[in-house]
Amino acid sequence: MRIIPKKIEGVKFGLLSPEVIRKISEAKIVTADTYDEDGYPIEGGLMDPRLGVVDPGLKCKTCGGRVGDCPGHFGRIELARPVIHVGYAKQINKILRAICRKCGRLLLPEERIKEYRREIRRAAKVGKSGDNIIEHLFKEARTAKVCPHCEKEQLDIRFEKPTSFVENKNRLSPTDVRERLERIKDEDAEVMGFDLSVARPEWMVLTVLPVPPVTVRPSITLESGERSEDDLTHKLVDILRINQRLVENVEAGAPQLIIEDLWELLQYHITTYFNNEVAGVPPARHRSGRPLKTLAQRLKGKEGRFRSNLSGKRVNFSARTVISPDPNIGINEVGVPEVIAKELTVPVRVTPGNIEHLKEVVRRGPDNYPGANYIERVDGGRVRLGKVKNIEDVLEKVEVGGKVHRHLRDGDVVMFNRQPSLHRMSIMAHEVRVMPYKTFRLNLCVCPPYNADFDGDEMNLHAIQGEEARAEARVLMRVQEQILSPRFGGPIIGGIHDHISGAYLLTRKETKFTPEEAAQILYNAGITEELPEPKDENGEKYYTGKQLFSLLLPKDLNLSYKAKICKKCEVCTEEECEDDAYVVIRNGEIITGVMDEKSFGAFAGELLDRIVKDYGTDEAQRFLDRVTKLAISAISKVGFSTGVDDEDLPREGIERIEEILNKAEQDVEKLIQTYEDGILEPLPGRTLEETLEMRIMQTLSEARDKTGSIANEYLEKVSEEKGKENGARIMAVSGARGSLLNLTQMAACVGQQAVRGERIARGYTKRTLPHFKWGDRGARAKGFVKSSYKKGLDPLEYFFHSMGGREGLVDTAVRTSQSGYMQRRLINALQDLKVEYDGTVRDTKGVIIEFKHGEDGADPSKTDWGEVVNVKKIVSSVTGTGSRGSKNGG
Amino acid sequence: MTEVAKHLTKNEILAELEKIKEDVSPRVYQDLVEAVQDVKLTKDQLKKIISEVKRRYEYAQVEPGEAVGVVAAQSMGEPSTQMTMRTFHYAGVAELNVTLGLPRIIELVDARRTPSTPTMTIYLDEDHATDRDKAKEIAKQIETVVVGDVVDKSEIDLVDSRVTLVLDKYELQRRELSAEDIVAKLNQSKIKVKDDWDSERISLVSSTSSIKDLRRLANKAKDVYLRGIKGIERVVMRREGEEYVIYTEGSNLKDVLKIPGVDITRTKTNDIVEIESVLGIEAARNAIINETLDTLDEQGLRVDVRHLMLIADMMTVDGTVKAIGRHGVSGEKASVLARAAFEITVDHLLRAGIKGEVEDLSGIVENVIVGRPVMLGTGMVELVMKRSKEEA
Repeated sequence: MRIIPKKIEGVKFGLLSPEVIRKISEAKIVTADTYDEDGYPIEGGLMDPRLGVVDPGLKCKTCGGRVGDCPGHFGRIELARPVIHVGYAKQINKILRAICRKCGRLLLPEERIKEYRREIRRAAKVGKSGDNIIEHLFKEARTAKVCPHCEKEQLDIRFEKPTSFVENKNRLSPTDVRERLERIKDEDAEVMGFDLSVARPEWMVLTVLPVPPVTVRPSITLESGERSEDDLTHKLVDILRINQRLVENVEAGAPQLIIEDLWELLQYHITTYFNNEVAGVPPARHRSGRPLKTLAQRLKGKEGRFRSNLSGKRVNFSARTVISPDPNIGINEVGVPEVIAKELTVPVRVTPGNIEHLKEVVRRGPDNYPGANYIERVDGGRVRLGKVKNIEDVLEKVEVGGKVHRHLRDGDVVMFNRQPSLHRMSIMAHEVRVMPYKTFRLNLCVCPPYNADFDGDEMNLHAIQGEEARAEARVLMRVQEQILSPRFGGPIIGGIHDHISGAYLLTRKETKFTPEEAAQILYNAGITEELPEPKDENGEKYYTGKQLFSLLLPKDLNLSYKAKICKKCEVCTEEECEDDAYVVIRNGEIITGVMDEKSFGAFAGELLDRIVKDYGTDEAQRFLDRVTKLAISAISKVGFSTGVDDEDLPREGIERIEEILNKAEQDVEKLIQTYEDGILEPLPGRTLEETLEMRIMQTLSEARDKTGSIANEYLEKVSEEKGKENGARIMAVSGARGSLLNLTQMAACVGQQAVRGERIARGYTKRTLPHFKWGDRGARAKGFVKSSYKKGLDPLEYFFHSMGGREGLVDTAVRTSQSGYMQRRLINALQDLKVEYDGTVRDTKGVIIEFKHGEDGADPSKTDWGEVVNVKKIVSSVTGTGSRGSKNGG
Repeated sequence: MTEVAKHLTKNEILAELEKIKEDVSPRVYQDLVEAVQDVKLTKDQLKKIISEVKRRYEYAQVEPGEAVGVVAAQSMGEPSTQMTMRTFHYAGVAELNVTLGLPRIIELVDARRTPSTPTMTIYLDEDHATDRDKAKEIAKQIETVVVGDVVDKSEIDLVDSRVTLVLDKYELQRRELSAEDIVAKLNQSKIKVKDDWDSERISLVSSTSSIKDLRRLANKAKDVYLRGIKGIERVVMRREGEEYVIYTEGSNLKDVLKIPGVDITRTKTNDIVEIESVLGIEAARNAIINETLDTLDEQGLRVDVRHLMLIADMMTVDGTVKAIGRHGVSGEKASVLARAAFEITVDHLLRAGIKGEVEDLSGIVENVIVGRPVMLGTGMVELVMKRSKEEA
């Protein structure tokens, strides 16, 4: 069987005319019953067999197809009286007010109509929608008191939501409305925005209701054997019942009042059938009290057809499980559990070259790991392995030209993803490494782009099914292709945590290793480069960490930049830096400076940045893999730890901190005193209270900063003493984890707690807690936490701290939804833009948005931190003045 | 080769550079001219530099088919999740509150008619910038002052049916106003002042004696405008380097630019719509770029300008500032399905019915909906391999 591919050229929207509804209808539905006692659908009922089949085993009476083959067919309900379509009520209102009640002409003089027609045509010519013009036309026509065509006086028409129209206190029945709409001339309808080839105004008032095929509203059979009908079927039953009663009453010549009541009821049911959330209409409910999901609800919103089934689709060949770290696999690899590898398959075409191998795979079947799950025969038939009795029969069907769906294997390219997928680095292509146990394993360097950690995060994996897709994934989506972020043109993948502190410990000035130690470190890191000449000191041979690190650098690399540990002195001594914070790399050799966050950390790595840009992505991937291994190996050798005692301060330091805090508290009291005495000078444009608050906040934050620097001073002193390394400080300084502020809070003073950017003010009348006097504005009474985390907070401080902490949590929760919606809007507005071959950026209509992307036509991910060409760098490398001034410097 | 190569003169270098002026962006050219200025170069070296610059420049060009729109949206959306919510932050001037962070970004993208905290930064021209008194004079002209600002309290005397405004001496002095000025303005706005006013108290006459009317009179008097530019509620002057800069709360670009002494080339406001109406659409585009960039920078988030440019360009293509969202860019898309898939699904579909709209399935969502490759990147290329005869 050959499938002829068809391309959808386009979709044209329109209204269904009563004639068309009758034409497409296969059955006239007349009874509200669905199934008879035997459980067979009733002819002329809502589950009429001519409307298609949903029960297996039955055949469609219209097309003869079975479940799956028959797409379903429409039916119809002939309405006893016309009914307004809710969705068009507003439009009908506009039209009624703009046309003559007698002759049905637009209430505008002939010339005006002509002018409008011209204007609309002109707008259409330049590709603009004529909506505003039409809106204007309605507005103008509305004001006419007398019809310019037949001189009939016009009455005021009021629209009573949701579906009634009142003309000078007389309610217009849908029949009246329909008659008026019918009178509209074609030319007039056209200027009112109707496309006459698909829509006439009177079609907005229904006389026949199409009944959707049963396939659209399948009934489900519960375990108890009871049938449960779809919401739409329920609604249609209601409509049919009322319609039948209306027919009977009309035929019996019932009083007008009864007929009108029934008519109204029919209008209600049809209204809710279309949309069960119309304002002013009580929603139709299920027996259980749950509002019914009718047509509009099926389409609308996040769970509606559009957003959840059409814009987003479910896929096969995907897996999801918890992730865990594995520093021993490469950054472009992913560890896949064997159970998953057995479930996900890759189709492989059988060729003379691989037939023997594939046969072996097929023989192993679905349960023995490197096996296969099913085969596709040359004729297109599928054979599921595992259930087959005689494997030899199946093996015969493995022929050249067929396909074998074999298990996932080492080296297969798959796509790996973590939600929320905020940027393109949230889905990257990795190479498979099949591993035992049940989690996905990933290299730590790819945590930043995925924003992943291992506290229970789960990730998704998609096995690629086609050659074209595989090629694209490999070329465009591989991890190393994504090292540079298009957001700012710098690396987004890089070392984290121990990678950074490890490299820092390794490359410090004082780090020295005996040749034996050096060999151990390199061996553990899997580095086999030849060692350079060891340094010699008093006959003792040793290697510096810088020498070991340099082994991984390209031999022609020249680079200099300021490291993360740089203290930003006023005058930079560059190479002579006391802290070894000025990195100089000459011919692939670190001359001075330590390796820290600025060298290969995510978001910051200058060295890594240079390697990707000058040596290519594959080299960068190799560099990252090796550098992280070396750092881990080094940190394991040197040893590293942190604990509460890292925040220990000598008594002297604690006393000094105490002193500063006491002083600050006194200063605050003094400020309050000056305020109360009325001698506080207000800042321009501020009230006295605001000024006082600002001054107090300033005083307290200065005090906290001062305690911080004191704490840091003592911690640094401790660090300098050999053998008493301070792990916490090393991490903060090198950028591995934590900041100096964190250290301050742990060791010295937590500081002011704030809610909404102000000192804590809520609570009791004029005071935050009953422990304070009324009107106390002191530091402590308004949430200043004097203690450090290590010392511990007293109950009052703890309470204030929780207030600040809670605000943070609420903040995050609110923010995620806000920024998520903003991003959805941004994406929706910009998604159609692309660069054309002429370099312009255009949308789908071909409208030019930019003549050159970003004014210089550059791709931000190929730029040097936003600069298209780093001219300085080129000039200095050509003239050989060293490659200083690498860039902005951050 | 042993011969020492001759260094080129500056003019020779510039002449050489002139040749590639058209090949690279003005920015790169400028950088090149600056970098080469004071370096001694031989002809070979210069050639090498030029060819390397050109190579890099060409390498950095975007590839056709690149989905620049999505990348721009992601580049702005992703960091915004990391932004802090603190609405009020003290930016630059401690005395003024300015909306920053995520709320500000959303405000910009929404193209709100008025920002929640309109502010202006007013620079002064050479004559006024460095002179404190002259700057102060301008600041005085800009700040709106109403009677209520200089009144300490108002007293209502029911017996004599009069309202007495007690003036705040300190405020009067600070704003360099006197009781005479106030009386004059009150008279101008047809509020009768009793003749017994002095420098501290001004009494107003009322025709009726109901307390309601008296109160109304007091409030009316307090609202009487004394001087300044409408909309500018407060000004703060600050010294920045050599010059004085005026920051304001409230914004009125049109009127501020008319004040002599104001440097119209540097003065700015954070109200995009106002910029559009005063300076035009290109200025509005630049303002959107600068404001978003500043807001992101303030949070320490680095985003390439090119992305922000594209967003700003999209918002301003048709000559008016449009919001990103259903009332702006997304609501005006040509495709019915694209609009329906975004928001207000049902209305779009119903309207498409009577207008007989045609969906040509050219955009991204539309192609996703019908299940075929989108026309971006590798999907843009339509190539079919030529098969040999035996194969076919």
